[in-house]
Amino acid sequence: MKLTLHTAPEVPLEAEVIGPTSLNGLTEAEVSALTVHHGNRKEALGEFFTVTGKMNGRLELEGDLSFVKLLGKGMSGGQMIIDGNVSGHLGVGMSGGRIVVNGNAQDWVGEDMKGGSIIIKGNAGHMVGCVVRGAEVGMQGGEIIVHGNCKNEAGGGLRRGLIAIGGNSGDFTGLNMLAGSIFVLGEMGIRTGAGMKRGSIVSMKPAQMLPTFSYSCTYQPIFLRFYLNYLRELGLVIDDAWLTGSYQRWCGDSIELNKGEILLYHS
Amino acid sequence: MHIQTTEVTDTFAEAFKMSAARVIITAETDQWAMTAAQSATGFATSVIGCRCEMGIETALSADETPDQRPGVSVLLFAGSAKGVGNRLAERIGQSVMTCPTTACFNGLEGAQEHVAVGEKLRYFGDGYQASKVLNGRKIWRIPVMEGEFLIDDAFGVQAAVGGGNLLLLGKDMSSTLSAAEVAARAMRKVPGVILPFPGGIVRSGSKPGSRYKALPASTNDAYCPTLRGSAAKTELSEEIGCVLEIVVDGLEEASVGEAMRQGMHAAAGEGLVQITAGNYGGNLGQYQIKLHALLQS
Repeated sequence: MKLTLHTAPEVPLEAEVIGPTSLNGLTEAEVSALTVHHGNRKEALGEFFTVTGKMNGRLELEGDLSFVKLLGKGMSGGQMIIDGNVSGHLGVGMSGGRIVVNGNAQDWVGEDMKGGSIIIKGNAGHMVGCVVRGAEVGMQGGEIIVHGNCKNEAGGGLRRGLIAIGGNSGDFTGLNMLAGSIFVLGEMGIRTGAGMKRGSIVSMKPAQMLPTFSYSCTYQPIFLRFYLNYLRELGLVIDDAWLTGSYQRWCGDSIELNKGEILLYHS
Repeated sequence: MHIQTTEVTDTFAEAFKMSAARVIITAETDQWAMTAAQSATGFATSVIGCRCEMGIETALSADETPDQRPGVSVLLFAGSAKGVGNRLAERIGQSVMTCPTTACFNGLEGAQEHVAVGEKLRYFGDGYQASKVLNGRKIWRIPVMEGEFLIDDAFGVQAAVGGGNLLLLGKDMSSTLSAAEVAARAMRKVPGVILPFPGGIVRSGSKPGSRYKALPASTNDAYCPTLRGSAAKTELSEEIGCVLEIVVDGLEEASVGEAMRQGMHAAAGEGLVQITAGNYGGNLGQYQIKLHALLQS
């Protein structure tokens, strides 16, 4: 099935009904009649999208969706391919399936995610895979792969899963992280890993460490080969030297359990 | 039936249903991978006395292993999946984790059944161990003085066949040993099998039971040339002066049979009088691997 944006919303459009799981089994007419929230007004989905084709597990979206939020909310399977930019809260609470964005995504990608994968071919905003405000546990499974850059608080409160950023990340990467893995192939902003309990943050560039992190050693972590080869398979650019190279291991955050690690490529 | 001048007896090898795992041991160099593999597979000749049978399947190049380092594939056989899990934890814990630079991975990824191995050994990390889950694979990182020991959380176990065998009967020790060495080399080339005895060859073949109650097995007197004049029964003609056995365990019955077929062809020749196989009349094992059928296949 394909949804093509024919009328750009003037204010944010909350379209949580759009996703391969929620549209499964519906006809074109039924999909067009679904309710979306255009600002504070309820509208029919067909007022914004042209719906064509049948659902067979794969949903395609086309157009500039920079004002369309909550796409793929709660999806548990299937594929959603988006040709264009999307707004925030992409794949909120998803537990399975795959979202590919051939463009940029705004804030809160994969918020409260439990499984599946989200691939952003462009850049992402703040709070990629981040815990919602007031909660303690963030993303609990799955993968978020951003080919470009992302902004602040990527992986905040991460409990389980993989977040990989092909470019740079903003400040507070891995804030209050509980476990899981974050890879940043470019540079990270300041205060990386602040408050982290466990888990791994890996970067290929030097980074400024908080004073509550302690340098352990420089060594060759074999397990990184699994991740780097996997990320290469997913299309990220991986330098061969990273596979066999040495990494500084920093332990922290000592204001918490001190069982987290930041691995920085050294040579 | 003959292969060249060597007679092949119309009999069968009686083999047993077992459970098996494949372990991929990697290291910084192929020498260290082999060192770990040799240590892990030591004292694993027979389930009778060692509680498992284990051997080296093949050496692996860096592009054949999960972590892209040189490695060795080893197979472990035991009577049950639980036994496989226990023996893996013991042997990997004592012989692989201790060996410099090694890592250890499950080599049966498609197996339906799995046993906990890394999940047990992780406790050596004393709370500093960490797990990583990537694409469905769970790996433990156990801190050690040299760096980290990496091991899969669980290892696959599959039904397997143990106790395939050939008995090589020659005129003297020298010619029989030469034939057995050639046979063992040929058999090792078959994928999915191991020859668990030293150098692949066993001289102390056994029969089940003993006149001494504590022993589950005792010398196979019917095949001992020195007892031809005194044993209650002998299977040896007068020209036989030496018997050596090759035991083969495999992941599949077909691979055991293929190894035996290769072994017979390699061993046969002027130095070897007869090839036969050990069995218990078909009363104990689940498999009967017929020598003539192998040669006709």
